Amino acid sequence: MHPAPSVIVFTTLSGLGFGLLFWLGLGLPAVTGWVAFAFFAIAYALAVGGLMASTFHLGHPERAWKAFSQWRSSWLSREGVCAVAALVVMGIYGAGLVFLDERMALLGWCGAALALGTVFTTSMIYAQLKTVPRWRTPLTPALLIAISLAGGALLAGQVSAALILIPIAGVLQILWWVRGDGAFAASGTDMATATGLGHIGTVRAFEPPHTGPNYLLRELVFQVGRKHALKLRGIAFGLGYAVPVLLLLVPFSHALALVAVLAHVAGVAASRWLFFAEAEHVVGLYYGKR
Amino acid sequence: MTTLPASTTRKLGLVIDLDTCVGCHACVVSCKGWNTENYGAPLSDQQPYGAAPSGTFLNRVHSYEVQPLASSAMPHPAAQLVHFPKSCLHCEDAPCVTVCPTGASYKRVEDGIVLVNESNCIGCGLCAWACPYGAREMDAAEGVMKKCTLCVDRIYNENLPEVDRVPACVRTCPAGARHFGDFADPESNVSKLTAERGGLDLMPEQSTKPVNKYLPPRPKDRLDQPKPVGEIDILAPFLAPVIEEPKGFLGWLDKTLEKL
Repeated sequence: MHPAPSVIVFTTLSGLGFGLLFWLGLGLPAVTGWVAFAFFAIAYALAVGGLMASTFHLGHPERAWKAFSQWRSSWLSREGVCAVAALVVMGIYGAGLVFLDERMALLGWCGAALALGTVFTTSMIYAQLKTVPRWRTPLTPALLIAISLAGGALLAGQVSAALILIPIAGVLQILWWVRGDGAFAASGTDMATATGLGHIGTVRAFEPPHTGPNYLLRELVFQVGRKHALKLRGIAFGLGYAVPVLLLLVPFSHALALVAVLAHVAGVAASRWLFFAEAEHVVGLYYGKR
Repeated sequence: MTTLPASTTRKLGLVIDLDTCVGCHACVVSCKGWNTENYGAPLSDQQPYGAAPSGTFLNRVHSYEVQPLASSAMPHPAAQLVHFPKSCLHCEDAPCVTVCPTGASYKRVEDGIVLVNESNCIGCGLCAWACPYGAREMDAAEGVMKKCTLCVDRIYNENLPEVDRVPACVRTCPAGARHFGDFADPESNVSKLTAERGGLDLMPEQSTKPVNKYLPPRPKDRLDQPKPVGEIDILAPFLAPVIEEPKGFLGWLDKTLEKL
């Protein structure tokens, strides 16, 4: 799958932003006034910035509002509804904290649930796709939620929670990679089933439909950069999970916490790039590619 | 609504005969022509005469080489070349429809055709991700998703002569490799063809329940293989050479020219 920068930025930043909103909704840390304003500003910049980035890859961004209509059937629509609901509820809750010094706990819990729901619906957009075997597993929502909660805990200064959640996310990440490497073969889809010609013999792509590339090859059969996949996995794991944990274990300082956050974001972005670049769509089989 | 209808009154679709397709790409050209000039956004090309030409197509023809396994009866089986036209299969459980966030993609209750309402399409591309067959392509000029409409603007078009009220690809195919009809009717041409020739679903494990069926290629004559015992060729005596050596004037000419 083509690793569109807009989608990588969106899923990385908004995952982190909604993770922070989750912790703020629970009242961890229990901040009010200007400190709360700073926390909420960071969370909204990440969440809304990510959402804005995601509209850049649309063919018609001006019609994006229509995407709220199909929540009964479409995970993408559910994501839109959840994201807006979370931002509105957390906006009211945050206004209460900042301007009234008043913590509306019930509203905060609702907002936290909606923030978590947004990350879950985002992950289901990928996990639902039978056409991309690497994504189609309950591990996908588990991993994306764990990363979001861990990153949110890191930003919210919840050190003990982060020290539990980041290793959990790291373990899920490795499980997701290991399972993903055998997923395409295990899916049962190959050139024989794609063409229905397997009963005659071994099927080989002889000639593509056109000599040039097309939308399908550019969007779904992205192969560039897979040769560095293992190195990138090492970088993603090191920066995203190992470095933040080590930095949290040494005596706390704000500078080190900032480094931990930056390392985590860089690692998650690398992991997200691999999430797309390594994902193989079954349509590649029609072109004799993976 | 992007939920799928529980059932459709009719199931319009295509039978594609892999035995008779000659790989001429006429269906590709006629599809591109009709669907550029008629319903919806035109199928654009980018740099059609430039260094990296690319364009939107609703129907593409692949070619595959199939190599049978060697056996004691067939020690050196010849590979078979199969031309393979591919367009939207108008699946009963179309995964492209249910993922659509705006309701632009839908499957019609009356005939089962899967269509895109282009004025509602935001061009997110998720339907193309959900389709295992590569039937949907985003138009680079219009930013909306394009797909086979089964020529919905031909098949019900009373301004056309009746013979033309079939999809453009079916109408144009010089080999008669594409057939259009209603799969819900067991007596239709397409239902009978599917039953007689063992019509196949592509990627059945994806559980999309495609309406379009593919007829597998029939076994080819194998001239390089020993004839199976017991087979009598009734035409062979008639095809034996009638004259071995020319006689008369032609015989003289042959010998004279040979001496030169």
